[in-house]
Amino acid sequence: MEPATRLDHNHELTLKELPYLVRWRDDRCKRCGRCTAVCPVFAIVPTVVVHRVVESSGAFPQPKTGRRVVTAIKQSTNISNYCIGCATCSLVCPNEAIEPEYNPQNKFLIHKNRGGTPYTRGGRRNDPLVSTLDRLKFTRISMLTDPALDAGRHEFRLRSYLGRILPADELPVKIIDGKAEVDHLAEKFIPPVREIYPVMIGSMSVGALSPNMWEGLAMGITYLNEVDGMPVVMASGEGGMPLRLLKSRFVKYFIPQIASGYFGWDEMIRAIPHMVEDPCAIEIKYGQGAKPGDGGLLMAHKVLKLISEIRGVPLGVDLPSPPTHQTKYSIEEAVAKMIQSMYMAWGFRVPVYPKISGTKTAKAVLNNLVRNPFAAALSIDGEDGGTGAAYNVSMDKMGHPIASNLRECYLDLVKQGKQNELPLIAAGGVGKKGNLAANVAALIMLGASCVSIGKYIMQAAAGCLGDEFNRCNVCNLGKCPRGITTQDPKLYRRLDPDKVAERVVEVFKALDVELRKVFAPMGRSTELPIGMSDGLSADDPAISERLHISYAC
Amino acid sequence: MCRLSAITSSEYFSPVENILSLETMKEGHDGSGMGLVLKDLGGEFEGLKEYPVLSGICSKGGMQVLDDYMDQKGFKLKHIWTPKVKPVKGIQPRDYYFARAYEYPPGFREKPFADKEELLLATRLKLRKMGEQDESIIVFSFYPDVITLKEVGDPMELGEFFGLGTDNLRARIILAQGRQNTNYAINLYACHPFFIQGFGSMTNGENTAFVPIREYLMSRNFPGYTGYNSDSEVFTHILHYSCHTLGYPLNYYKDVITPLKASEIEGRQDGEAVALMKMALRPLCIDGPNCVIGFTPDGYTFMVQDAKKLRPGIVGGVSGKIGFMSEECGLDSTIPKRDRSLDVTPMKYDMVIVSPGAKEVKVWNQLQGWTTIMN
Ligand code: SF4
Ligand code: SF4
Repeated sequence: MEPATRLDHNHELTLKELPYLVRWRDDRCKRCGRCTAVCPVFAIVPTVVVHRVVESSGAFPQPKTGRRVVTAIKQSTNISNYCIGCATCSLVCPNEAIEPEYNPQNKFLIHKNRGGTPYTRGGRRNDPLVSTLDRLKFTRISMLTDPALDAGRHEFRLRSYLGRILPADELPVKIIDGKAEVDHLAEKFIPPVREIYPVMIGSMSVGALSPNMWEGLAMGITYLNEVDGMPVVMASGEGGMPLRLLKSRFVKYFIPQIASGYFGWDEMIRAIPHMVEDPCAIEIKYGQGAKPGDGGLLMAHKVLKLISEIRGVPLGVDLPSPPTHQTKYSIEEAVAKMIQSMYMAWGFRVPVYPKISGTKTAKAVLNNLVRNPFAAALSIDGEDGGTGAAYNVSMDKMGHPIASNLRECYLDLVKQGKQNELPLIAAGGVGKKGNLAANVAALIMLGASCVSIGKYIMQAAAGCLGDEFNRCNVCNLGKCPRGITTQDPKLYRRLDPDKVAERVVEVFKALDVELRKVFAPMGRSTELPIGMSDGLSADDPAISERLHISYAC
Repeated sequence: MCRLSAITSSEYFSPVENILSLETMKEGHDGSGMGLVLKDLGGEFEGLKEYPVLSGICSKGGMQVLDDYMDQKGFKLKHIWTPKVKPVKGIQPRDYYFARAYEYPPGFREKPFADKEELLLATRLKLRKMGEQDESIIVFSFYPDVITLKEVGDPMELGEFFGLGTDNLRARIILAQGRQNTNYAINLYACHPFFIQGFGSMTNGENTAFVPIREYLMSRNFPGYTGYNSDSEVFTHILHYSCHTLGYPLNYYKDVITPLKASEIEGRQDGEAVALMKMALRPLCIDGPNCVIGFTPDGYTFMVQDAKKLRPGIVGGVSGKIGFMSEECGLDSTIPKRDRSLDVTPMKYDMVIVSPGAKEVKVWNQLQGWTTIMN
C-alpha cells in the first residue's frame, strides 16, 4: 500500500543546499508577519505547524501529551525562492527573531538552472579572496631625506585630466617676444580636455538604478562640484539621461554613455540644440567588467514610464543591447566612426572615449586609440567590475583583473612615449574590501589617470546589501530590497535621494582626506603620482614581477 | 642635504672659491662626492673656446681604448689638462683625470653646430658605454668651453687632492656641489652637477616624482636622456627638453617643473599657451622639495625651487659677481661685501635669472612677471 505522503522527498532540495539558512527563533517571534511581508523573494512564508507538547498541571506530576497548532516562519526549499541572505527580514523584525546565515556547504550553483535557464544575477563577482589591489602597499615614505608633507595643512592638487592631450612638441605654441602664445593660424586641432577629480562614479544607467538612487547620486555629484569645488564626475550608463538634466547647466558634471543598443540617443540628439552646457565627456561602451563580451539587458519589469520616455521605447518590453556594435565590423571602423561622429555631434568640444572590459587584447585596442588623434581616453573595466545584470558564468569567470591589465597598457604607452597623451581610466573591484583610497592610489601609481567606482558607492551611499558571498545580488530582478536597482515605486520609495546625496558627498570628502594621507608621506602633492611605481610594493613576488614593482615582506 | 654653490662672474675665477663656500655651508658628513662644472673657461683653455672638451676619468687601459676610439672617429687632440694630484688620506686616486680639447673630425668642421652637438653627445654616450662595466672610462661632458670634474670625498680635501689652489683652472661660471650620501650607492655618474648639450644643473633635496619623470624623458627618443644614477639628473634633462628641444624661453622652465593651478593660469597673459604646456608636460612636474641651480648654453644662470622647499637657497652679490648658494652663509663667505637687501630667496612662484657676466639679476614670478633686482 502506498503511504499517504511520500517519505523520500526526492527531487526536493534540503535546506543545506541553499546558500543562506534562515535562523528563526520561535521564542522571540511575536508573529507580526513583517519579515514575510518584506522578503523580496518570498523565501519565507508564514505557516502553521503542529507541536507535540507534554504538559503537567496540578500538585503532582501527571504528564499528558497533546498537540498544539502554532504559527511559524518556514524557509522555502524551492530554488526559485531561495533566501538571498539580504537580511531585510532582520531589519524589520522588532524582536531580533530572524536572521539569515551563510551556508558554506551550499550547492546552489549546481541547482540554480531550472527550466534550462542558467543563473543570472546582478551584483559582483563573488570572490571574497583578497584582491591584487589589496596586496599592494605604499613603501616609499619620505622622512629624513626630505620632509614628509602635512596632509592636513599642505596644499594638495588631486586633479586629473580627461581628454586627449597633445604632446609638447606638437602644441601649436609659438614664442613671440619671449612669451608663449597659441598659434591659432596653425589650424591644429586642440582636443578638449577636462580637469576632473581622479575618482569618478562609473556608468550605472538610469534604467538599472531607481530614480531615487540616480537622482541621489546626481545631486551628490552636483553638490561636490558646486559647493565643495571638487570636480567629481559621473558616467550615465547606457540608456540616456533625464531630459531635464540634459538641458540643465549641471550636465557638465555627467558623462553620457552610448552603447550597442543606442538607447536614449534619439532623445539625446534631439536635446543637443537645447543644451546650455556641454557634457563632461561621452563614453562609448564596448564592454563592461560585469559581463565581458556580453550585451546589456534591461528586463521588461524595469521598463516603466520614466525609463520608456528616456529611452524612447514602449513600456514593459525587454531591452537587450547586442554584445557588439552591430554596425561596426572592425576596431578601426569602430574607433573612426563612433568616436568621430560623437565628436561631431558636439562640435568637437566634448572628449569621447571608449570603455572596454578587462581583456588580454586591451593593448590592441589601446594601440588603435593611440593612433586616432580623437580618442580621449581608454576606460578599462576589470573583471571585478560591474553592477550590471549578467549570467553568473560571465560575472564570475569572464574578464581580466584590472591591476595587470592596466599596468601592461600603461607600460606600453610608456614604451611609445604616449603615457601622458591618452589617459587610462581603471575600474573593477576598487574598494572591494573597503580600502577605497588605497586601491585608488595604487591604481594611479600603476598608471591610471582616473579611477571609476560603482559597487563601492552603491554600498556606501545607499547601503546596498550585496557582498562577495552572493548576498542579495538580485539587482537584475527589480526586487532590490534597498530600492537601489528597481523601478518599483513601492521599493524605491524606501530610498531617500537626499540621504544618498549626503553620503556621496561624505564618501568623496573622506576619500580626499585619505588620498592625502597616502600621497603626503610619499612627498607628492602638486601632481597626481601617475606611474610612480617606485612607491608601491607587493607582498607576493609573482605579483611584483608581473606589475614591475618591488616586493616587500 | 647636499650643498650647492654656483658663482657667475664677469672675471675668470678659480673653483676654490666655490669649494670654500661649500666648506662654510658644511653640516655633518658631506663626503660622498663633489662635482664641478666650469663653463666659459679661462686659464689655459681661454684660447680654445671653439674646441670641444672631453672631461672624465680613465684607468690606464681605459685611456688607451679612449685614445684609439677618438682617433678612429677622427678627433684630433689639441690640448690636455690634468690635475696635479696630491695624495690625500681617504681619497682613493684613480689613474687618470683629464680635460682634453679636441679638434672636430675633418668632415664635421664646417657642419652646423647642431650636427656637431649631436656628434659630441653620441661620442660621449659611446665612451660611457665602453667603460661602464669595469669603470675603465668615465666621461662627464664633451662640449666646447665646458669642463666637469667629479670625485668621491670631502670637497675641501678634494680641492687639495686635485691641487686646485695652485692650478690655473678658471671659468666665469662654476657650479659646485658637495654631495651627501643619501639613498644611493656612491657612483660618480650619480654626482651632480649634470650636463647635457650646453645645459648644466645641480639640485638638492629629494625628487619624489623621479620615476614618472625618468620614464617620460627616456621615452622622448633622445639618446642623451639616459643614465639617471641620481634622481636629480632629470632636472638637467628637463631643462634641456624645455629650452633646447621645445625652444621655450628659460623662465618657462619654472612653469614646466612647478606648474600653476588652473585658476592661477587663467590670470596670465600667456595663460592659454601655459595651460596647454601644463597638460602636455604633466609628467615633468617635480613635486620637490628641490632647489635647482643651473646655466644655459648662452651663459644665463638661474635658481629655482618648488613650494615645498622649506629651506630655500639664496642668490646675491654685486654687479659682476653673483653667487647662488643653498645656504646664506655660503654667500657670505664668497661675496661678503654686498648689499644684502638685494639678496633674493626665490619662493614658490619665483625663478632668479642672472645674465652672462653677472650684470643683471631678474626675478621671474609666475603670477607677477619680471622684476629687476640689479642692473
Ligand atoms: S534574508 Fe532576505 S531573502 Fe532571506 S528570508 Fe530574510 S528577507 Fe527573505
Ligand atoms: S541591495 Fe539592491 S543593489 Fe544591492 S545587491 Fe541587493 S539588489 Fe543589488
